[in-house]
Amino acid sequence: MNFDFSEDVKTMREEVRRVLRDRYPRGEVRRAVDAGARFDRDFWRLLGDMGWLGVAVPERFGGAELGHEALCMIVEEVGAALPPVPFMASVGAAEALLAFGSEAQCARWLPGLACGETIGCVAPGEPLASSIAATGGRLTGEKLPVIDGDIADIAVVMATDGLYLVELTAPGVERRAIETLDLVRSGIRLTLEDAPAEKLAGGDAAQLLDRLAVLAAFEAVGGAQAALDMAVGYAQERYAFGRPIGSFQAIKHKLADVYVATELARSNAYYGAWALAHEAALPVAAAAARLGASEAFTLAAKENIQVHGGMGFTWESDCHLYYRRARALAVDLGAGWYWRDRLVEQLDRAEAA
Amino acid sequence: MDFGDTPAEAAFRAEARAFLDAHMPLKEAHRAHVSRAMTPEDVAASKAWQRKKAEHGFAGILWPTAYGGRDGTQMQHIIFAQEEERYAVPTTVFNQGVGMAMPTVMAFGTPEQLARYPRPALFGDEVWCQLFSEPAAGSDLAGLRTRAVRDGDDWVVNGQKIWTSYAHFADFGMLVVRTDPSVAKHAGLTFFIVDMKTPGIEIRPIRQISGASNFSEVFFTDVRLPDRQRLGAVGEGWKVALTMLANERFTVGRAEGPDFDEIFALAKAVRIDGRRAVDDSAVRERLAAWYVRTAGLKYARLRSQTALSRGKAPGPENSIGKLVSASKLQDIATFGIDLAGTAGAITDPEIAAMHGLFQQALLYAPSKRIAGGTDEVLRNIIAERVLGLPADARADKGLAFNQIPTGAR
Repeated sequence: MNFDFSEDVKTMREEVRRVLRDRYPRGEVRRAVDAGARFDRDFWRLLGDMGWLGVAVPERFGGAELGHEALCMIVEEVGAALPPVPFMASVGAAEALLAFGSEAQCARWLPGLACGETIGCVAPGEPLASSIAATGGRLTGEKLPVIDGDIADIAVVMATDGLYLVELTAPGVERRAIETLDLVRSGIRLTLEDAPAEKLAGGDAAQLLDRLAVLAAFEAVGGAQAALDMAVGYAQERYAFGRPIGSFQAIKHKLADVYVATELARSNAYYGAWALAHEAALPVAAAAARLGASEAFTLAAKENIQVHGGMGFTWESDCHLYYRRARALAVDLGAGWYWRDRLVEQLDRAEAA
Repeated sequence: MDFGDTPAEAAFRAEARAFLDAHMPLKEAHRAHVSRAMTPEDVAASKAWQRKKAEHGFAGILWPTAYGGRDGTQMQHIIFAQEEERYAVPTTVFNQGVGMAMPTVMAFGTPEQLARYPRPALFGDEVWCQLFSEPAAGSDLAGLRTRAVRDGDDWVVNGQKIWTSYAHFADFGMLVVRTDPSVAKHAGLTFFIVDMKTPGIEIRPIRQISGASNFSEVFFTDVRLPDRQRLGAVGEGWKVALTMLANERFTVGRAEGPDFDEIFALAKAVRIDGRRAVDDSAVRERLAAWYVRTAGLKYARLRSQTALSRGKAPGPENSIGKLVSASKLQDIATFGIDLAGTAGAITDPEIAAMHGLFQQALLYAPSKRIAGGTDEVLRNIIAERVLGLPADARADKGLAFNQIPTGAR
């Protein structure tokens, strides 16, 4: 039995935390948002130089080839620190290429994504794949919101008949900024009018969503843990009625429930990471990881505000960054209903078979 | 990541399976967990199976070889439990003796006690029970009131214990009593081994909400215990009790009963307005939530097994299993009855869906949220020992036991 990250990945986690803490300690993300700096290009270059962006990409495509465990761990830590970089968007596009691109497509795009020179994003949009149709290698339709679509160079677009790669500077591509819940990430309305698109060799929207859902689950687990840590820290420091509020059972039990939800979510996410390499198990594992992580992050984020009391409702408390991210993340790759249906249908099918 | 056994673990698993195959049939699927009192035949079957396991080295996997154990690893202990679960073995009456009482005797016993007690417990000859809880001391165990007063070489015990499993067929009990009410509550306790046939002990079964009786009250009236039956020093009873409770973590697992597979099967069998309940979005929402929880617990358990197999001691994070599964069991039982519609109220196993599995679970699930640490105590443990939050304020802090406020009794 070895159901844990490898020792190498655990050692690497310390380094990842240090890098994120040095540049984005608590409060720094909010200051960036206040300054309107939604993309820290210097930090992005640093992440590229350190190999984080291509951590799961094979060496022959310019990556570090350290596998999905390492990628999941980094995603988790990025989810906790919330740096203003298009990390999830770009590694998501790389994941789509890795899993479903041809050798030539990988060779063309992955080296740029792995070093950060090319920025990718994924356009699932609501309701997922159904709004965009392809005719003769060209796409027409609209996707919104597309996260980090304004700073990305390429987008992996989910269409009814498969996955397409679109260069966002091509003719027929229009990008308009839209406000979303998440202040750290920008969103766009992506309008494609007979836009040139290259179909990926394989894969469909549901298959890509499964893979991205596992990554997003780690991001949510990281966010849930960070919100829980914040709440625990505050409950130890804040006094009321002559004692730390963390000594009251009303607070303790609330935080114990957040801990339990986060640990269950983490455990489902670990299984999801394993399932990335075991296709038959992936649909169920991804749905469970996704649903558990969304539930945990949502709970952790709202109770973090509650534990902080009135202070938690202020802009400067930073609690809202997690509160916003939790909800935005929970719908970006399909909302709860999509994943509940997918989970139950897959289980039903597995038993019928 | 890898879910397989190491070569050593696989070899042990094969050994365990070979032993189980040779002596026990496999369990039938979906059998209702019947909550009823143990009969003398059940006890005899449990004793025979315990002896068989002991003779083949599978009873005391974590025990030292000196007492007939295997001196094995936590992983071997887990592997044997996993394998044994698949077979139709008798319900055991030895968890408390072998899993909790004897490790405590080994930690605090005199040479005479060590020579006398562990072996017969391991080989199924003697059954043990736990005499801890009292009517006025449950979660606040250290508030117990059963008194022992020194009289020459003996102690004289008066008081009452409650929630004692196996009391009426146990040979010995692990008893914690108050020997000094004039000091702080944790400091005035002393621990004894008591022969359950000692004059002055009266056992009365408790009738539970299901109508069954799995626990008893045990009354002590001028019960004389020789001082050589004392386990640990006078006034150190709390320390001994905590050792025993720490071992409880190994024996109290998740709440057994209908889980996701059972409610999923029911949702596929039941029809709402002509279509399967499983196709109803409200039903799906509940099913999905339980699947996620059940899977989360499973993988959390695999994570902690990984830690154990690397030699880490089991920690308070294991409180999650019972906390989550007990409530889930109660919720699934409740929903299973709802799904069956008006027929949900029927308890007759010949008529009720899945032999009355959900109706039975409804009536034993409440105990799972209380026994072995209530939901509330488990949340306190997680909050204080995992998250590091400060202890709650106490009205009895620094007071002698006989000065602590009590409600009307």
